[in-house]
Amino acid sequence: MSFELLGEAIVAGVLLGCFYAAVSVGLSVAFGLLDVPQIAHPAFLVLGAYGAYWLGGFGLDPLLAGVLLTPVFFLAGLAVYRFYHATFERRGTDAGLRGLAFFFGVAFIVEVMLILSFGVDQRMVEAAYIGKSIAVGDLRLPLRMLVAFGVALILTIGLSLYLSGTFTGRAIKAVAQDQTALALMGADPVRVKQWAFGIATGTCALAGALLIIVAPVEPGLGRLYIGRTFCVAVLAGLGSMPGTLVAGIILGIAESIVLTSLGASWAPAVAFGLLLLVLAVRPAGLFGR
Amino acid sequence: MARWTPFIVGAVVALAAALLLARFVSNEYFFFAGYVVLQFIVLATAWNILGGYAGYVNFGSGAFFAAGAYTAVALIKGFAAPLLVQIAAAALVSGLMGFAVGAMTLRLRGIFFSIATVAVAVICETVVFNWGFVGGARGATVLQPEAPALFASYTRLLFVLMALLAVLAVVLARYIETSWIGRGLQAIRDNEEAAESVGVPTLKLKLFAATASGALMGIAGAPFPLYMSFIEPTSAFSLNYAVSALAMPIIGGTASWAGPVIGAVLLGSVQQIVTVTLSSELNVLVLGVLLVAFVIAAPEGILGLYRRVAGKAGSK
Repeated sequence: MSFELLGEAIVAGVLLGCFYAAVSVGLSVAFGLLDVPQIAHPAFLVLGAYGAYWLGGFGLDPLLAGVLLTPVFFLAGLAVYRFYHATFERRGTDAGLRGLAFFFGVAFIVEVMLILSFGVDQRMVEAAYIGKSIAVGDLRLPLRMLVAFGVALILTIGLSLYLSGTFTGRAIKAVAQDQTALALMGADPVRVKQWAFGIATGTCALAGALLIIVAPVEPGLGRLYIGRTFCVAVLAGLGSMPGTLVAGIILGIAESIVLTSLGASWAPAVAFGLLLLVLAVRPAGLFGR
Repeated sequence: MARWTPFIVGAVVALAAALLLARFVSNEYFFFAGYVVLQFIVLATAWNILGGYAGYVNFGSGAFFAAGAYTAVALIKGFAAPLLVQIAAAALVSGLMGFAVGAMTLRLRGIFFSIATVAVAVICETVVFNWGFVGGARGATVLQPEAPALFASYTRLLFVLMALLAVLAVVLARYIETSWIGRGLQAIRDNEEAAESVGVPTLKLKLFAATASGALMGIAGAPFPLYMSFIEPTSAFSLNYAVSALAMPIIGGTASWAGPVIGAVLLGSVQQIVTVTLSSELNVLVLGVLLVAFVIAAPEGILGLYRRVAGKAGSK
């Protein structure tokens, strides 16, 4: 592989990586901070992408559609957590196994519902910035990747600032550290967790819009993103927002290099391979608690 | 403790019934559908050995199934190996995969273990996808050999064979469940640290359970290429197997060998009926909804529901 190609692969990888960080921040919160086995996160992403596609049918810009859908997803997240807590967390024993099976089933149902209502064909959206590219020196950068990159940065950094800067954000971090201590301070850990899970689900709307901006989507896409999102969330060190950004970029570059050197058919294995490696070598991740 | 005689009699009767059916039922579709149900008995029983007894949730059952199927394809393409050799080799390959997955339990528990099994599944699929010898992404065609004189068609032979494999799988599961191995696995599920500290050889047991589970899944997949006459990665690695393998024991009840059998017979039959009468998408939707409903409302599965009803009747 020539040096020039490598450089191009790295630039493309950084753009892709920020996008991966954006689709994973929600999981970093739900799984990393709240310890909810949110294996349906990628399915919600794909749902968000189809939401953007559906609103796109009314002439709405996909990004705007993503922003509009965020409160809807937030409310849905509140409901899902409330339900999850009442049925599994509170009952205690075996909650892990059954919670996992529950979210696995939910992901499966979302996928099949999407197939039933939109079919198995790939769907894409129209927007002014899709399909064009700009040249920087010898590099040609697709504009849609730049848009995704920018929105992804805003989303990730915004969430990071929210968690470290605001009162509620700090409460969310506190509930991740010691739930009992938070309860002793007079705050209700369940409400804090519910709020955080709502935010985590809310990010799926905007990140899902990015998903359909970056490439066409199909209902089965969620399975691939199980690997990508969990790889990023685990590599980040559970719950670390800056870690999520770094981990996303690492995955983006790795995938981009494999793509240029081995070909597209090997790309799906990269995220899962990296995930296995991280789990085997350093399960605490880069910025682990 | 548990008596074997009635169980063995039941198993022999089930096998004899399969043979008689293959001899006297004329509708070919019955065997086509029956094979699938029996295959799910093997798959669900295999999942339950690791998932139900030991509490390690495997999301990658499809990979073990497909590894068995593709081992068979490679042997057919390479050496025209007979079916029994294919099955033995499939058990070996998937058993080794199971052993490797079992070794991962050293460090990974709960959701981490489950995600790792998804990773194993996707990596296997990518490898097969890029492996030209067994057909790669295009798939491979496998010709069914001539059926022996005893059977009217090769599908009938496979049906009886799968019935035999299902019985063997259930016997193995029942043996594990009723022996000290099962009690050890149960201790691991309830509290691994406590089990370890009172001297349960947790690693050995987990490795054994993972290997047995993987090998059985491979066995379930081995006759698949001959049954379908065609194999390609997307259908062999279908998420449907992963979800079924997990949903059937959970719906039937994970505590006992009977749970996966009940779940597989019930759901397998419902799936066949829904696929034929409505659509295959609706069929997977039914599976998903039932899984979620049981996890929420009846965590002990059908067996648990039955015991609750029977217990109430008994206490009156």
